[in-house]
Amino acid sequence: MSWLRALLRRWTWQMAWRESRTRRARLMLFGSSIVLGIAALIAIGAFRDGLLNAVEEQAKSLLGADLVIAGRSRFGEEEDRLLNAIGGRQSRETDLSSMILFPTRAGTRLVQVRGIEGDFPFYGALETDPPEAAATWRLSGGALVEETLLAQYGAQVGDPVKIGTLTTQVVGRLKRVPGDTLAFATLAPRVYLRSADLEKATLQQKGSLARHKCYIQLPVGVSAEQVVKPIQKDLDRLRLGHTTAEKRQEDLGNSMERLSDFLSLVGFVALFLGGVGIANAIHTHVKEKLSHVAVLRCLGATEAETFSIYLAQAITLGAVASLAGTLLGVAVQFALPHILGDFLPVKVGFKIQPAGLAQGFGIGLAFSILFALLPLLGIRKASPLIALRISTGVNAKGGIPWPEIVAGILVAGASVVFAMQHTERKAHGLYFVGGLAASFLLLWATSRALMFGLRKVVPAGLPYPWRQGLSNLYRPNNRTVLLMLSVGLGTFVLLTVHLTQNVLIKELVKEGGTNRPNTVLFDIQPDQREAVVKAVSDQGLRIMDQAPIVTMRLAKIGGKSVEDILTSTNRQIAKWALRREYRCTWRETLANSESLVSGVWHPAFDAAREPAPVSVEEGIARDLGLKIGDELAFDLQGIPLTTRVASLRKVDWRRVQPNFFVVFPPGVLESAPAFHVVVTRSDSSGQSATLQRSIVERFPNISVIDLSLVLSTLDTLLGKISLGIQFMAFFTVATGVLVLAGAVLVSRKQRVREGALLRTLGASRAQIRTILAAEYGSLGLMAALVATVLAVGASWGLAHFVFKTAYVWSPAPLVAAWLGVPVITLITGWWSSRSVVDAPPLETLREEG
Amino acid sequence: MQLSPLLNVERLTKCYPAGTGQLTVLADVSFALSPGDTCAIIGPSGSGKTTLLGLCAGLDQPTSGRVLLDGVDLGGLDEEQRARLRSEKVGFIFQSFHLLPTLTAIENVMVPLELRGVARPRPPAEELLRRVGLADRQDHYPSQLSGGEQQRVAIARAFVNQPKVLFADEPTGNLDQETASKVIQMLFDLNASANTALVLVTHDPELARRAGRVIRLRGGRRLEDGE
Repeated sequence: MSWLRALLRRWTWQMAWRESRTRRARLMLFGSSIVLGIAALIAIGAFRDGLLNAVEEQAKSLLGADLVIAGRSRFGEEEDRLLNAIGGRQSRETDLSSMILFPTRAGTRLVQVRGIEGDFPFYGALETDPPEAAATWRLSGGALVEETLLAQYGAQVGDPVKIGTLTTQVVGRLKRVPGDTLAFATLAPRVYLRSADLEKATLQQKGSLARHKCYIQLPVGVSAEQVVKPIQKDLDRLRLGHTTAEKRQEDLGNSMERLSDFLSLVGFVALFLGGVGIANAIHTHVKEKLSHVAVLRCLGATEAETFSIYLAQAITLGAVASLAGTLLGVAVQFALPHILGDFLPVKVGFKIQPAGLAQGFGIGLAFSILFALLPLLGIRKASPLIALRISTGVNAKGGIPWPEIVAGILVAGASVVFAMQHTERKAHGLYFVGGLAASFLLLWATSRALMFGLRKVVPAGLPYPWRQGLSNLYRPNNRTVLLMLSVGLGTFVLLTVHLTQNVLIKELVKEGGTNRPNTVLFDIQPDQREAVVKAVSDQGLRIMDQAPIVTMRLAKIGGKSVEDILTSTNRQIAKWALRREYRCTWRETLANSESLVSGVWHPAFDAAREPAPVSVEEGIARDLGLKIGDELAFDLQGIPLTTRVASLRKVDWRRVQPNFFVVFPPGVLESAPAFHVVVTRSDSSGQSATLQRSIVERFPNISVIDLSLVLSTLDTLLGKISLGIQFMAFFTVATGVLVLAGAVLVSRKQRVREGALLRTLGASRAQIRTILAAEYGSLGLMAALVATVLAVGASWGLAHFVFKTAYVWSPAPLVAAWLGVPVITLITGWWSSRSVVDAPPLETLREEG
Repeated sequence: MQLSPLLNVERLTKCYPAGTGQLTVLADVSFALSPGDTCAIIGPSGSGKTTLLGLCAGLDQPTSGRVLLDGVDLGGLDEEQRARLRSEKVGFIFQSFHLLPTLTAIENVMVPLELRGVARPRPPAEELLRRVGLADRQDHYPSQLSGGEQQRVAIARAFVNQPKVLFADEPTGNLDQETASKVIQMLFDLNASANTALVLVTHDPELARRAGRVIRLRGGRRLEDGE
């Protein structure tokens, strides 16, 4: 601990300050490599604090009420009694999907229609344009329509709009609804009607999928959980779910923490790379200072004293860089709410949180020091004999280099701790650090292999500037490893984000591509089916699939009632699986998106052998704990229906066609109230629009899903998500450029001298530029190649293990990286070495000599 | 009166591993110096002069033999203890001056005192700079000084600690003749007034002649007078 005692001496800091005199600007430039990483973490940390604060402050407006009770069936007398007994102020909402038509704009699309009765929201407000529309609409009627939807069709306030059989007027643009995110609104644009107007639209027919909610504002001092506790059994029996403002706050808080944790990990890559930059800077600094260290040792300074002088410099460098990063991070946090705003259910205010800033500063400082430690430890080995010219290196001390090993473990340990704190599962933190380490290792190994290979095989036939440039990659004082790391890592992170986005989009495009169906018409009543099929055929479109759908609820599993299971203390089945409405069909054969996993498929039903044999999808069977032979009883709109699990099926849910959890054999459901689904394919957006318009005009209750619209919406959403990630990844890329520039500047002195010598010997500027081009261009190309291998591997891993989807190749971003990265590296290299080309040779030799 | 030796070098040998064998750079060298003695180590390049100087100053460990500095066996000290001994009893002057380029002249001279934790290092450093004729250059950086001036600062730095032994490694090797003469004069004057034992490694015959004793080395061995 003698170094710690030395570090606490005033003289150590005084010497550190004096010793840095001619190198301060350069040290600060090197220190800047960690600034962006710290800024990223500070910004994310501050954003996270602001977000969680906002969620807490706006907790009640996240729900618009203290308590929401919701169900799939229209509230009947029993539900009304239960809700009335709860008391407080109440507001009802019916929520369903329907087509909207702008008659004057010829636009139609599937939207989410909400019929409101009462004063929802009790907390927060519907934000509209004009602002007064949120209040006047409740009296005068009309529709509040999603702002983005109006923009999409060029519709204005005052335009007529048709929803179901109701034709009304747009009375306001809907900007924000308490608790909803803009991303959600993009996926399902919202239209608000008064409840009475929704009734007039006659959208709610048999089998229509609707959600009914009751928003409740409780008297002050009454807790929602206390209200729910005594009626929980009744809620379960009536298959009603509930959400409280507290629960919503907790859920949202958790999701927002996960979002910021994920972004923190992306930012951490920048910090880690910056740490490598710091380590490189300190390594070079120490190398230059070895003779000074030797002199100090001759004058009587101990190992600990000399080590402490340079440790003090590294601490100062880390502190200044962390402070700069903290200030930059505070500025960057302004940007994040704008970039991620669409995914936030709350308005995030700007607030400086001293504890968060201190934490970010601390992390930055700790990582700077840890990364600086490894090269700094070399000072301990510096021999005083260097001053007498009888040693040019370090003392070769035998044995295990424990300090270096401990420093390495500290860097790895701190990284693992950081990653674990920012991942939901500890193992994921380990995977993250493991992946990062593997990337470093691969980039390092490639650069070593490149140097080894070039030393052996730089072709003698190459023109001199190319041979010289390529040889620079392995000559003494080369920066090959560091440049590969800085360029490769930044490219890798950016490419991975981009490739993963492509995988997700292209998988959907593939599923929707070629001859696959891309348009689904649903909520077709039995008496409309033939006419709809004809209308579709009249458009020249092929009916690719159609199915009857009967809705029912689970009544019993294995003889035990769902209500009993729901109230059981050792329930292992999720509530949603028990309460949900099951939309079932019947058919003779398996669909082409299905395959039998176990049991026997029954193409027909022998009424004499009740119960009816049904086929259950394997996922829901797992959730319900079902196996072949189990008895399953349904409540078919009031009629009990007992079945037996005869087979389990695997279903490819990605296919755009009607897929079902439970399939009956023909002969059971034919007389039950059903509605139909029809699937077709339109080959152009024009054809799709014409079909939608003709369907909506003739059959206002029927909804149409246009896959191409879903795809473009998803593309927009994924684009916005990846913008957030890319924004963080940018910090890594920018850090890479800084480390690259720093590394080039470190070797500049040698390069300038070489350049001046070559110029003296008659080399032209063009030849020197070619040498630099060969060196930096080939490095950039190698880094891009390794980065693409890493990015393809990482995006494949994400596709396979996280998104569980097939990998889709995207050559364009890879080619862009192969072309772009060498050019960027070349420009940075040229810019940092411009004095090599421009400086007069004599002057340079005099200065550098 | 016979003074007890300040520096006692006994049968010093230094070998380095070279390939599969050992390279002997210094073999069986002995001598002793008393306070105020001056001694020049001369010999051709590669004869082991600087190695001998390094061993005498405790910068390296001998393969065999021992060095007693002011009665302390350097072989019995670890590197930290040897560093402390250097800061208290040893001064150094180098061929390339080795001033710390980021420190001013006065700061360079103060370093040995600061290392020893002297409370007010500036006055003695200023006094020494005055004595070497650089009182008006004390705030200049080494790059703003000529070679002779830099070596005078180095001499001031070497004497500021009032060392018992001063080791000078080719102190005039990088200086022109006129400057070298001035520096030598200064070195010997300060040595006489401080009663410091002076050990010089040099190629300069004029400098060697001024030393009280001359140790000749060739191939790592000490040559007897007349050899």
